This record gives sequence, structure tokens and C-alpha cells, in this order.
Amino acid sequence: MPCIDARGLRKAYGTTVALDGVDLNIEEGRILGLIGPNGAGKTTAMNAILGLIPYQGALKVLGRDPWTERDRLMRDVCFIADVAVLPRWLRVSQALDYVAGVHPRFRRAKAEGFLAKTTIRETSRIRELSKGMVTQLHLALIMAVDAKLLVLDEPTLGLDILYRKQFYDVLLNDYFDHSRTIVVTTHQVEEIQDVLTDLMFINLGRIVLGCSMEEFQSRYLEVMVNPERLPAARSLQPMHEREVFGRSILLYDRADRQQLTALGDVRTPSIADLFVAVMGHQAGQEGAAR
Amino acid sequence: MSTPSSPIPDTPLDDRITAAGTATRPLYWSVRRELWENRSIYIAPLIAATLVPLGLLISRFCPVNPGSTASAADPVKQPAALPTPSSFAVSLLFLTAFIVGVFYCLDALHSERSDRSILFWKSLPVSDLTTVLSKASIPLAVLPALTFVLILATQLVVMLMRSIALLADGPSAATVSTQLPLLHMSLALLYGLTVMALWHAPIYGWLLLVSGWARRAAFLWAVLPPVAIIVVEKIAFNTSYVGSLLHSRLLGGVARAFAATPPSGAPFDPLTAQLTPGRFLATPGLWLGLGCAGLFLFAAVRLRRQGRPI
Repeated sequence: MPCIDARGLRKAYGTTVALDGVDLNIEEGRILGLIGPNGAGKTTAMNAILGLIPYQGALKVLGRDPWTERDRLMRDVCFIADVAVLPRWLRVSQALDYVAGVHPRFRRAKAEGFLAKTTIRETSRIRELSKGMVTQLHLALIMAVDAKLLVLDEPTLGLDILYRKQFYDVLLNDYFDHSRTIVVTTHQVEEIQDVLTDLMFINLGRIVLGCSMEEFQSRYLEVMVNPERLPAARSLQPMHEREVFGRSILLYDRADRQQLTALGDVRTPSIADLFVAVMGHQAGQEGAAR
Repeated sequence: MSTPSSPIPDTPLDDRITAAGTATRPLYWSVRRELWENRSIYIAPLIAATLVPLGLLISRFCPVNPGSTASAADPVKQPAALPTPSSFAVSLLFLTAFIVGVFYCLDALHSERSDRSILFWKSLPVSDLTTVLSKASIPLAVLPALTFVLILATQLVVMLMRSIALLADGPSAATVSTQLPLLHMSLALLYGLTVMALWHAPIYGWLLLVSGWARRAAFLWAVLPPVAIIVVEKIAFNTSYVGSLLHSRLLGGVARAFAATPPSGAPFDPLTAQLTPGRFLATPGLWLGLGCAGLFLFAAVRLRRQGRPI
């Protein structure tokens, strides 16, 4: 059974279409990066998956309908929404008490173990904690839940580099065990490049690219081309071309690696470079269509 | 459509864990959560409860006119127009509970949206029904229970103070303690608190609904529509049915539940009034009000499901 199964997922706010017939199939044990520009529909897709908004189309998360069964689904699903949402009046000890009191899969000792490694005191109110500490607390609460699906929507927004690095390290080393599924959206694409198993680009409410990281690495190649080879390189129909320090970097989809090696240095592009290429490509196509 | 075609295969252990989790704990912890967030629920009645003994203490040590302590010590000899300390405590604590309940309800489903914490609460396996019921239970169950305990405690403290005063003044304290029918008073008090909670239930339901719906100025949204209807009715038909309906909803519960309506101006005293539960239960307004309260709460649950940060 897939962890998330969506067919023709659609959501409109008035005349604005936020999701325009999205198909998703995410298997158990994957770490999916959902990447898109602002207003692409990432958060709307997350909200539909979490049962926070009604939608059109078919959607099953862990075999359940999120909109009608949110409370039951939340026993197996955890999420951190885009910014710190822990109530400021809550004490750390109260947060532990409450989650332990309502969540059948929460292991309090585990959360306390995580908190012991931080400088957070259980008597503190959340308003007294720094932004990084609040995120640490939220992460400690969530990692102590034996969940099947973890949804992270911009989990490291506004954190400094140390906290951001620590966030993903902890997540990978102490939490992920290949039976869990993680879906993460972020603008800090470079940070999660090595973490992901799957990649998905979303724009204007549609999935514009979806592949596994193995596929990504074998399919997309980037060549730093010497100026004299540029015409030959361009004839191989690159997806995207950009210039760095006077040298052209061309990005290819499903090109022959040996052919490219003759043109210059070949390497796997970063997700950010592919993102820019795909979005630029799409904008170009739309411009041509008009 | 809500029944999944292929539910997750739960192990027996999971079933036991989740069965224990669904029964009562989410509601219990949600009510505790409300008390953590809104400490005024118990602080305001506690302060109000200390006022009566404090006043008595001050009157004992700073008597305005000689002999006033002696008359306060013996409720039988007290002039009828003056409220006894007990009836004064009852009125004060009833009023405090009502005011706290009103302001609590106006804020209950609004603050979690304005501080975005609704996203955290909704990430936990607590249904919208449980959440709304836990919030409704504050004015309908928690505040009445607290008021009951505080009034009894106040009476006991006042009784103790009188006994000490009488001992200091001379006569035996036994006469006072036998005059206080504790059991009848507790029953009457419990009855009065239940009556008030049931009678005011549609008010609390309406306030909860508005707090879950209004983006801002929940108080105005709660108060202005009824006022507008009253004004339009007065101008259009020169009648005031809606106004008298609201007036009876606010203050009419006691008149139906107790036989001896206290003389106007004198506060309600459950010690002296005669209980008429039959008449109260036969009042159509009670059942209509409870029906409205149910509808308002149902709508509040539906709104909570759609609830987004504002």
C-alpha cells in the first residue's frame, strides 16, 4: 500500500487554482523533497495530505481519507508546519504532558532524552525560548512519536546554519529507519540534496518533475563547456544554459555521458540548478504557447 | 466515503494502546490544557471568594458603628433588606463565573487561530468534536463545579469567623453552627448552578461559535447582531419580543427554578428559596435553549474542522 496516493487532486480558492490535478504516489520508506517557487501549491498539497483543507479528487494517506479522518490519521502522521506554531504560553513540561496524554504512540522518555541534549529546561515557557530552541522542542516532541509519515513544511525557516544542519542530522541519524516516510518542502534545496531519496518539482499547482534521486543522478548531467566547443554542445539540445565566470554551463536531460565528456567537465547538477532549468524551461514553453 | 477500503493493519498491541487512548484521555487533557492557557478561569473566582471573608474581617476590626459586628454574627436578627454575607457571596461568585465564562468563550476558538497554534493542536490525534466539547465544558461544568466548591468554602470560612467572634464576645458558638443547614444549602447550590449552566448554555454556545468564526473583534460580532435585531424590531413594529427573549435568557432561569422570587433588589439566596425543579424542567425555553446550544456547538465543530490560522 502506498503511503500517499493522490489522483487528480484539485483545490481552488475562489478563482485561484492552487492544485490543478496532482497525481502523487509515495511509497513507504522514501524521503521526498517537494520543491517549488512561492505560491506553487506546496503548502496546499501538504494541507490536503494532513486533512487541514477539503479538496477535490481522490486522496488516501496510509489508506485513510485525511479530511474525514484527521484525528485518527494523526496517530500515524506527524507534521511541523511552516513556522513555529507551538503556543507561546505553554510550558515545556506541559507540552510533554499534553502530547503524552492525547497521543497513544508518544514515548515521553524518548522526548525527554532528546531535550536533555539541548539547553531547554522543562520549566520554561515557550515564549522564553529562542526560535532555534522552539524548533528543537518541536522536533523532540515529534521524534518521540512512532509515526509512519512525517510531513515537514519549511521546518528550518528562519534558523541559523548550525540549527539547520543539526535538524537534518538528527532527523536522519536518530529518526529515519526506512519504514518511515518523510515529505519535506524547503527553499534551502542544497541542505536536503544528500538526504532525499525522491524529488518532485511543483509549479502552478502541477507536478512538473518527479523522479528518484538515482534517476536524477543518471538522467541529468551538467557540462562546463569550453568556448570553442559551445556550438557543438548547443546542438545536443541542452535544457538550460548559464554562464559562470565567463564559462558556459549546459544542463542536459538523458544525454550520452561519453558524448558530453568530449565537450568539457561533466558532473551531476545540484537540485537548485535543475530547479532553475526546469522552471525556466517551463516558462519558455508557456511563453511559446501564448 | 470515510471508510477506508484498506485500513492499516494494526497489531493487537496497537489496538490496546489506541483503545485506551480514545476513551477519555484526550478530553481530560484538553480540559487541563484550557486551564493551563486560561488561568483566569480559577484565579478570578478565587479572588472573588476571598472578598467576602476579607470584608467581614475588615468590618470586625474597623466597625463603622458599634454593634454592627454583633448583628452580622447573628443572621436571624439581621434586617431583611441587607444581604447576608452568604447570599452576597453566592451572587458575587455566580456573577464572576458568568463573566469569566463569557470572556473565555469569546477567546476560546479565536486565540488558537490568531497565534497559529491551531496547526500544532491539529497535528495531534484529537478530534474537533473533542476540542470544542472540552472548551464548552469550561463554562458548563468546570466553572459551576469550581463555584460550588468556592461558595461552600466561603460559607465555612465565614461560619468559622463568626464562631471565633462569638467565642471572643461570649456566647456559645453552637447556636450558629446548628443554624447553618449545610446539606440543604449544598443541594440547593448544586441545583442553582446546574440551572444556570443549562439556562445559559445557548449563550455560551453562541459565543463559542462566534469565536470560531470571527476573524477579529469577536465581542462585537457576538453582541451587535442581537442589538441590531432589537433596534430594527423596535423601529419596524414597535415591539420588543427579541429584547424580552434575551432578557429572560440572561436572567430568567432563576425565576423558573425557585419558587420564592427574591424581592427586587435583594440578591438570590439558595438558602431561603424553595426549589421547583418540576417547573423548571417543564419550561419550553429550557429545551429550546438547549437545542440552540446543540446547534451552535455543532456549527462550531464544523468550523473548527475548516479552521485556519488568521
